[in-house]
Amino acid sequence: MSNRKVGDVILDVKNISLSFGGVKALTDISFDVREHEVRAIIGPNGAGKSSMLNCINGVYQPQQGEITFRGQHFKHMNSRQVAEMGVARTFQNLALFKGMSVLDNIMTGRNLKMKCGLLAQALHWGPAEREEIAQREFVERIIDFLEIQLHRKTPVGRLPYGLQKRVDLGRALAMEPQVLLLDEPMAGMNVEEKQDMSRFILDVNDEFGTTIVLIEHDMGVVMDISDRVVVLDYGKKIGDGTPHEVRNNEDVIRAYLGTEH
Amino acid sequence: MQTTPPTFPRLLLAHAQQQPDAPAVREKDLGIWQSWRWADVAREVREFACGLASLGFKAGDNLGIVGANRPHLYMAVIAAQSLRGVPVPLYQDAVAGEMVFMLDDASVEFVIAEDQEQVDKLLECRELQKDQRTAIRHIVYDDPRGLRHYDQPGLLGYEELCELGRAWDSAHPGFFDRSVAAGQASDVAVILYTSGTTGRPKGVCQTHASFIAAGRGGVETDRLGPGDNIMSYLPMAWVGDHLFSVAQWLVGGFTLNCPESAETVMNDMREIGPSYYFGPPRTFEGLLTAVSIRMEDAAAPKRWLYAKFMALARRVGADILNGAPVGAVDRLLYALGDLVIYGPLRNVLGMSRIRVAYTAGAAIGPDLFRFYRSIGVNLKQFYGQTETCAYVCLQRDGKVKLQTVGSAAPGIELKIADDGEVLVRGVSVLQGYYKRPDATAEVLDADGYFHTGDAGVLDAEGHLRIIDRAKDVGRMHGGAMFAPNYIENKLKFFPQIKEAVCFGDARDEVCAFVNIDYEAVGNWAERRGLGYGGYVDLAGKPEVLTLVAECIAKVNADLASEDGMGDTQIARFMVLHKELDPDDDELTRTRKVRRGFIAGKYAVLIDALYDGKGEQFIETQVKFEDGRTGVVSATLKIVEARRFPPMKAAA
Repeated sequence: MSNRKVGDVILDVKNISLSFGGVKALTDISFDVREHEVRAIIGPNGAGKSSMLNCINGVYQPQQGEITFRGQHFKHMNSRQVAEMGVARTFQNLALFKGMSVLDNIMTGRNLKMKCGLLAQALHWGPAEREEIAQREFVERIIDFLEIQLHRKTPVGRLPYGLQKRVDLGRALAMEPQVLLLDEPMAGMNVEEKQDMSRFILDVNDEFGTTIVLIEHDMGVVMDISDRVVVLDYGKKIGDGTPHEVRNNEDVIRAYLGTEH
Repeated sequence: MQTTPPTFPRLLLAHAQQQPDAPAVREKDLGIWQSWRWADVAREVREFACGLASLGFKAGDNLGIVGANRPHLYMAVIAAQSLRGVPVPLYQDAVAGEMVFMLDDASVEFVIAEDQEQVDKLLECRELQKDQRTAIRHIVYDDPRGLRHYDQPGLLGYEELCELGRAWDSAHPGFFDRSVAAGQASDVAVILYTSGTTGRPKGVCQTHASFIAAGRGGVETDRLGPGDNIMSYLPMAWVGDHLFSVAQWLVGGFTLNCPESAETVMNDMREIGPSYYFGPPRTFEGLLTAVSIRMEDAAAPKRWLYAKFMALARRVGADILNGAPVGAVDRLLYALGDLVIYGPLRNVLGMSRIRVAYTAGAAIGPDLFRFYRSIGVNLKQFYGQTETCAYVCLQRDGKVKLQTVGSAAPGIELKIADDGEVLVRGVSVLQGYYKRPDATAEVLDADGYFHTGDAGVLDAEGHLRIIDRAKDVGRMHGGAMFAPNYIENKLKFFPQIKEAVCFGDARDEVCAFVNIDYEAVGNWAERRGLGYGGYVDLAGKPEVLTLVAECIAKVNADLASEDGMGDTQIARFMVLHKELDPDDDELTRTRKVRRGFIAGKYAVLIDALYDGKGEQFIETQVKFEDGRTGVVSATLKIVEARRFPPMKAAA
């Protein structure tokens, strides 16, 4: 893995605070993500990990602070604009079209890349057909990459959970993102599925140079695959550094294991 | 028939000239079937061979081939042969520790690997070879995924190698053609390693002449040629795949189809609709199970229709396929069945266009075999081993007998030795084991007969019936030949019986240990409301003993009707209180019975069987999966089996 070149800061999160009414979800969070790195956000349940991801993703608008992506500030941007800038994500509770095939689900991820209008696509005429063939080829590469050829035509709802997660990752990859946000990619998986998923995440990072921000509460997995880790607890940042540094951080140990130990 | 070119590279060039635009190989990639025409294959083989030459590969060198069934790996086989080198396909699922033995044994310095996984393993092998004289020098990989950043010396992508090859070819014009022309039929064409279940693996050297003769025998028997399609999905290191996907491919000139991945074989097969297919018995069994399960979930009218027509198929289907006389009404009904049941069923199985399907490698259950034949799939058996290019016997169309593996293939002579061992002489017999004259001398006698190690009998029509491994075959006191595996296999075809061990060598009667199949018998018990508290309890139930006794009676009736087997009917048996288990050393890892060990461990029980006792107490230590040990004890009943008078004339 040493051959990846971690570059400059691509995503900079400064002093983010987010509250829902009186509930403070995030308080003054700052961290940065460098190009081509695997950056993890960890923390116990309810620590604010998913809220943080939703802020980066443009789903939530934080009350304070700003996020800079490739030098561009965005404070009031919706999720489509964020997606167009090259940020893709997967969801903790899968957001796939259960009745559609694996292939079609991943094709939806190419939607942003399609230039033809609705009518042309519906009639499958001329340029629309050529476009779909080109997009399909890209999707096939993803299917090959994620080793889900067998399930190409299977409705997603019929697949086991671990494979659905893989399809979700495929759909996000179809956007050719610069930054990929993964929300608990390994939740609910068995050990073998976790290993597979870890390998795919590292492969994506290695093969496409995609910067990866992932949320996980399984410490073991995170420590193995991340370059740097941010630790949140009750909406506050309590640690930031390499897995080794984080593991030896007093506050982190306390948050995970309780105060008395 | 025109004369066949004497080597595989020359066969390839002949196809490239005679049918340059016909599809030679297909592979599903990115969801689409990609084809190589014969002319493309010839061009790529040329590039690949010249690329190898530019790296210093020369006549007599061995080229390791590690990976799944990829077109480029098949081309590598011919590329090595074009330089008068020898391809050595290796099992891709072997771990580095096992693989390094073969790499050392064959002094392999050049390897072509499928992907990153195999490259990693080969690099590990090279690490293990550090202190040796010969080691892997060059690794060519087919799929570059994940390998872009590898900077180890000697790694080269397939495309880069072809690039080198094109440059070398233009710098050395005529080199490739001269090299191919110099190849002799008596050159070693391939080294295939035996699986090594007995001792360490041995490299079997087969010449172009042998494999081409074996390929031609099969192609002519089944009239294969351009337009036929075959699925290549079994390991390349296995002799059967080499026979079908290399020898018969190049002799017959049909189309090879490589699946998208190991998991998608069944889907890919449905898309291609091969006309020629090979599968080990367990593949056919798996397909049938899948169909049966789906049928059970079908609506009642469909189930009724299925049951009706399958009964008809069982009655007349096999005869229709064999060309035997069948009444007009039955023929009409069968044609109707073909329209509504058999045809769609074959389509689901991916066998719509099958002309010939083969199975081999293990005994196939009679019901299974009959099922496929009755729905119109021309399933046949053949017999052979690595040492004979998997080409000794094959069943001819119209002359398929379930019990036999067919009669001697063209160019093969069969002889049964006095002790029952099958001896083979003819075109496909090996030249020798690689660098092992001692081992060669053990299996090849002065008359040129290869000793197969299998015991068999020839029937009146010259059909060979394999009954056992020769070393397991014994004699009973009465003089009859005792073939334990043969009887055990008959027992194991019953779903209720999981494992069986028979004793009888140097004794008056045959006695057996039986393991019930916990799932099947458990289900059976539940359906009849028979309560039981675990395996030991279930195995001891009188109802279960009766069930097993019925199975044994059927086997005995079967044995009585066979020539020379009537005396080996099972006299008494015992249902064991624990499952035979590899963890307890009673079975090998491949689930073969370790006879000697069991005879020692359960000596008390065997004595009880022959002493005429009614029951016997036994206490056995067992190892659990976590390594702890425990004790199981039970009092086992000895049951007399029903025997039948032998019928000499029935054969």
